[in-house]
Amino acid sequence: MELLDWSLVSSTIRMVTPILLAALGGALCSRVGIFNVGLEGMVLAGAFSAIVGNHFTGNLFLAILIAAATSVLFALLFAYMTIKLKANEIVVGVAINFLALGLTTFALRAIFGVKGAFYDKDMAGLPKWDIPVIKDIPGVGEVFSGHSPLVYFAFLAAIALYVFFYKTVTGFRVLAVGSNPVAARSLGLKVTGLQVLAIVICGALCGLAGAQLSLGQVTMFSEGMTAGRGFIALVAMMMGQSHPIGILASSFLFGLMDALSIRLQGFSLPTQFTSMLPYLLTVAAMFFLKERMQAASNNQQSTR
Amino acid sequence: MTYRLEMRAMTKKYGDFIANDKVSFSLAAGEVHAIVGENGAGKTTLMRMLYGMEQPTSGDIVLNGKPVAFRGPQDAIGNGIGMVHQHFMLFGEFSVAENIVIGYEPQQAGFFRRHDAVQKVRELSEKFRIPIDPQAKVSNCSVGEQQRVEILKVLYQGADIIVLDEPTAVLTPLEVRDLLQTIRNLAESGKSVILITHKLQEVMEVADRITVLRGGKVTGTVAREQTNVDDLARLMVGRELQELSERVALEQGPLLQVENLSVREKQTLLDRVSFTVHHGEIVGIAGVSGNGQSELLQAVSGLRAAQEGTVRLGGKDVTNKSVATIREAGLAHIPEDRYMWGTAKLESVEENALMGYQRKPAFNRRGIVLRETFRQVVTGWVERFAIKTGSRQLQELAGNLSGGNLQKLIVARELGHETPFLIAAEPTRGVDIGAMEYIHQALIDKRNAGDGILLVSSELSEILALSDRILVMYKGRIAGELSRKEATEEKISVLMAGGSVHGSNQRAV
Repeated sequence: MELLDWSLVSSTIRMVTPILLAALGGALCSRVGIFNVGLEGMVLAGAFSAIVGNHFTGNLFLAILIAAATSVLFALLFAYMTIKLKANEIVVGVAINFLALGLTTFALRAIFGVKGAFYDKDMAGLPKWDIPVIKDIPGVGEVFSGHSPLVYFAFLAAIALYVFFYKTVTGFRVLAVGSNPVAARSLGLKVTGLQVLAIVICGALCGLAGAQLSLGQVTMFSEGMTAGRGFIALVAMMMGQSHPIGILASSFLFGLMDALSIRLQGFSLPTQFTSMLPYLLTVAAMFFLKERMQAASNNQQSTR
Repeated sequence: MTYRLEMRAMTKKYGDFIANDKVSFSLAAGEVHAIVGENGAGKTTLMRMLYGMEQPTSGDIVLNGKPVAFRGPQDAIGNGIGMVHQHFMLFGEFSVAENIVIGYEPQQAGFFRRHDAVQKVRELSEKFRIPIDPQAKVSNCSVGEQQRVEILKVLYQGADIIVLDEPTAVLTPLEVRDLLQTIRNLAESGKSVILITHKLQEVMEVADRITVLRGGKVTGTVAREQTNVDDLARLMVGRELQELSERVALEQGPLLQVENLSVREKQTLLDRVSFTVHHGEIVGIAGVSGNGQSELLQAVSGLRAAQEGTVRLGGKDVTNKSVATIREAGLAHIPEDRYMWGTAKLESVEENALMGYQRKPAFNRRGIVLRETFRQVVTGWVERFAIKTGSRQLQELAGNLSGGNLQKLIVARELGHETPFLIAAEPTRGVDIGAMEYIHQALIDKRNAGDGILLVSSELSEILALSDRILVMYKGRIAGELSRKEATEEKISVLMAGGSVHGSNQRAV
């Protein structure tokens, strides 16, 4: 087995998907001035409800919808507490994370009667879509073809979000709300409405991220299976400056680390060591981000 | 003559307090009508009613011959009334064009046509002769340019009546000149301008008519040709203005000695500045803001480290010492940014006044602050400076005070320290004529008592009225020094712009 080959890139693309989806959702929130620490919990809720949906309906499309809807419920809770009740968004975000962890663990026992993980060998995972023509190109076909629909959706979502922010009027207003909420309100822009909209879409994206985790890569759910990916998405979002294309790049970096850590296990490196990789990168990223983030916060003060 | 806008017998009551008492006001097309008055005279209330932010208790607003009632600013904007607020409502990360069209963006099928926006802004800018680069980022624009963005924004929104609320408070003298020209241009293009201010000099330059408010009532509406600054001041204050008292000639030793003081941060902000303030002397520092004045004050007062040079206060070396040490050595400081350095907005008036006094033996017994004793002192300040503290009096949050009243509180606090040396940065920013008179007199009295004052002000008239010597700063250096006798507004302006004045003792640095 080699360290680097085409299949590593292919698995990177798979690994990138949940991080990318959640990071895009986080970027939407951050662009309306809300720092959403609850990504992790929203993804976890999505992962669990995707399995539940699949188990009871047997329909993958419905399962994905259920995943998105569940995460949107969590997002609405987040929106209600932060915007309506004006609670601190960090506190609410942390609460959402613990709520999701507790609820999914509890529901795992209540619904499936198992502890730790639920696995059903008869359950179908997300289909693998082959792209005609491309799949026949050696190398390239291996990388870009044969992924779950959510993988393709994630990349399209990044592009769509870019177009939304920088080409549409609503996107422009969303950016305005995040940049100076007081001025936006004085112009008569519907600040609260745009904020809630952003949080809800963020919830839906997190739900899809969860569905990809539990149905796309493996077909199972285990307690806390997000394993900090929501937080990594948060870092990817900051590293990408909440810019969709920047996030695409930074998510790739983290996806690559995820894929590498699995690959390195084949080289008889201890699992505990290899699974450290994405988090090491997160810490390293913080060093590089330090100055830029300070600059950003200085900028904010001066506009106030 | 039919007016574009008439406000008839506008009255606004807050409980028993009458903010506006039968105020009538009219505005013709193409007219610049200034509303002047001291803080609390009711200017803001009147404009808030016009802009739909407050509902009048009684009175009518007649727009183009039709009575109207606005429920909110959106209503007012829809009827062609635009307001440029004192605090700009801009998005620093966006371009000028984006800031102007926001809320009414040119679009096609939901897509923002930025190119059209730039084009429209360019047309507006040419039509009203308001120069601006539509593609510049707003955070890179000067304050004057940002104000032009605000003016263009209300024009873009279709305003025929433009309300400018204290527009010159934040501008440099050059920018003020540009703004006044812009106001004239607007009037010539048929727009009507309401100018709210208390700077009478500017009013006399630009207004067609002037309405003076005092205590919520109109004390006069006059045409510019039939009045002068002194008459207006009398209408505003309700009495004759007093002359500043005589300067006692004092020949005394040095108090503050600054030598070769430099502040560097990537580039050099303050470049080997040397000067001395003597006892019984007011030294004024003039200059376009951003030429090192702030850095100089911060380095002298211990808020910022100097990389080179020495500061001696009363013979004691205080270079790069802590603020507490320097204040101990005899410094009081009226800071230029009253919100950032001068007050804690979320604390009460009393606690803000207490700042710096808590350790003094008179107000401190074994670590316990003597609130009762101190309260009498603050009450004295509030009376002497006529500080309007609002309904909760001393317990009102400092942030709820108007800018002028907050400034008075800071001035009272710093003068109260009775230190030999005072830094007064923009001591009268935002305060009305009455208070300005009082503060100026207090500074002169302090000087005559043998104390030294370093005065920084963007108002040349203030510098000229108070200073014994004037230093002009340009690009972090002292570009020239003028004595009280030889200083004129022209000479200072030339030095401020980086030129040289024949006969001034320039320093070869």
